[in-house]
Amino acid sequence: MRTITYAQAVSEALVEEMRRDPDVVLWGLDVGPYGGAFAATVGLYEEFGPERVIDMPISEAGYTGAGVGAAATGLRPVVELQFSDWITIASDMLVNQAAKMRYMFGGDIAVPMVLRAPVGGYQSAAAQHSQSFESFFSFVPGLKVVLPSTPYDVKGLLKSAIRDDNPVIFFEHKELYETEGEVPEEEYTIPLGEAEVKRSGADVTIVAYSYMVPMSLRAAERLAEEGIDVEVVDLRSVDPIDEETVLSSVKKTHRLVIVQEVWRKCSVSSEIAAIAAEKALYYLDAPILRVTAKDVPSPFSPVLEAFVLPNEEEIIATVKQAVG
Amino acid sequence: MDIPREKLLAMYELMLKIRHFEGRVRDLFAAGEMPGFVHLYLGEEAVAAGACAALEEDDYITSTHRGHGHIIAKGGDVKRMMAELYGKATGYNKGKGGSMHIAAPSLGILGANGIVGAGLPIATGAGLSARLRGTGRVALCFFGDGASNQGTFHEAVNIASAFDLPVVYVCENNRYGVGTRQCDVRNVEDIADRAVGYGIPGLAVNGNDVIAVYEACREAVERARSGRGPTLIECKTYRWQCHFEGEPDTYRPPEEVAAWKEREPIAPYRAKLLAQGVMSEQEGDAIEKQVIQELDEAVEFARQSPLPEPQTALEDLWA
Repeated sequence: MRTITYAQAVSEALVEEMRRDPDVVLWGLDVGPYGGAFAATVGLYEEFGPERVIDMPISEAGYTGAGVGAAATGLRPVVELQFSDWITIASDMLVNQAAKMRYMFGGDIAVPMVLRAPVGGYQSAAAQHSQSFESFFSFVPGLKVVLPSTPYDVKGLLKSAIRDDNPVIFFEHKELYETEGEVPEEEYTIPLGEAEVKRSGADVTIVAYSYMVPMSLRAAERLAEEGIDVEVVDLRSVDPIDEETVLSSVKKTHRLVIVQEVWRKCSVSSEIAAIAAEKALYYLDAPILRVTAKDVPSPFSPVLEAFVLPNEEEIIATVKQAVG
Repeated sequence: MDIPREKLLAMYELMLKIRHFEGRVRDLFAAGEMPGFVHLYLGEEAVAAGACAALEEDDYITSTHRGHGHIIAKGGDVKRMMAELYGKATGYNKGKGGSMHIAAPSLGILGANGIVGAGLPIATGAGLSARLRGTGRVALCFFGDGASNQGTFHEAVNIASAFDLPVVYVCENNRYGVGTRQCDVRNVEDIADRAVGYGIPGLAVNGNDVIAVYEACREAVERARSGRGPTLIECKTYRWQCHFEGEPDTYRPPEEVAAWKEREPIAPYRAKLLAQGVMSEQEGDAIEKQVIQELDEAVEFARQSPLPEPQTALEDLWA
């Protein structure tokens, strides 16, 4: 099978959906001739023109809110934030408008919009260009939150997100844009809310998502050399969470380590731990453990950032503690 | 004036319907019949009636926390509105929205909104959608003087003006944001002057003169529909009631309130229609009688309607 990059998978999904449905439009900063800050929209402007690939002014609340209004009136906009850190500027439009309109209006409207945004650290981009807010947004009823880890998942999940009649936040990891993976040329989609076992194992379950999936898989390979058989569950969506896949893995391995790039408090990892404690406590042979960022903003200097963010060694040590 | 007689009478009826609706809500809320809290539109009827009279049925509006007048003027059914204020299952939002969130997408009403300034980007997106889909529709955004100081005002009007979107921004300047006199927190007399900064027409009109509002909006709607971009219209008006019902009026001089009540929009308009022979006394009385009867029925409908089943609170989140 051919291989393409994560970024190419984004643009392929966009191109296919825009060809399929004239109501799909794209806007954001530098998404036109520039091709997107992370080259995820290269070639779209040339194919679809300025009416469907729109360069916006730097107005995160304005163009995100325009996405809400457009989605409520018949378009299926894909809105790109150049860095996910700026989602705070747009958050009223997501939290108080997109997430609530359908419910507040008694089910009498749909808001089929996708907000795409690059997330993540490991780039010495410092405190305002390294964040990932999936824990914030998974807290809010009415928003779906998706974080793919492979090019294959990017394409299948983004196509589903665009076809979904609900608002979907689609977080793409900056460290993954250049990674390659097998992606079929024929049409496929992946349902939102379905986790995937990326590596089958018997001794311990790692639940991870986004960039923490390849990191966990590398750790698992090294642990296998030491005779520890790790199962890696890629959540892919953190809202909705695929509880069934998580719980069936935990019931099989009896040990759970959650690996998450972002802060620990009140986070997706807290939720996974709560689900396991509520529904699988008596299957567990060890305490639930977590590998997360330390609860400080992302520092700039590489040595500081490396200290704050999770790494392979920490995952290995934590898994050993769980099986210990 | 080149306004058809039907339109003139329709605006009269709309203003009366808003006046009587809000009067009922004021009294019923005070009597404890409605939960939550309400923001009334009394005194500002000419803005909603004049602006919506300039729209076609399938045009869009976004509204505000003080939205009852907008919903009525855009064709909202007062029965379903009243039922929503009562939190009943038959309300526009099945009791999930209440006063600040009434919406009727089939009438182009994209919702009242509890967040000041939030309707501005949404209306802009509706305008962008109308443009891209080639529907010929226009989006009219109601917002207040307070919202004109939000960042969303600048962002939305800039986007609409950059792309010549079919949007009409109607600022209802009722002079107070909750209890703060807006001229104390703004350095220009006319909010309409801000249009200069976006290279679009901006005009201030007497918001208590329904004809002035209608004519300004009609021109702006035509401009928008023909692809020439947005307009900012500031309607100078006044709310008779406090920010919300039950709030003590400690911040407005009584003589100011009294003076604005004297400049109210409906009686002078009725006098004008009578003087110009557009409407007879009997016709005017018949319109009012009919409005009162409709509201009697609306209140009765709301009172008799069932409460929602509690478990319906878990429905309607996802499409």
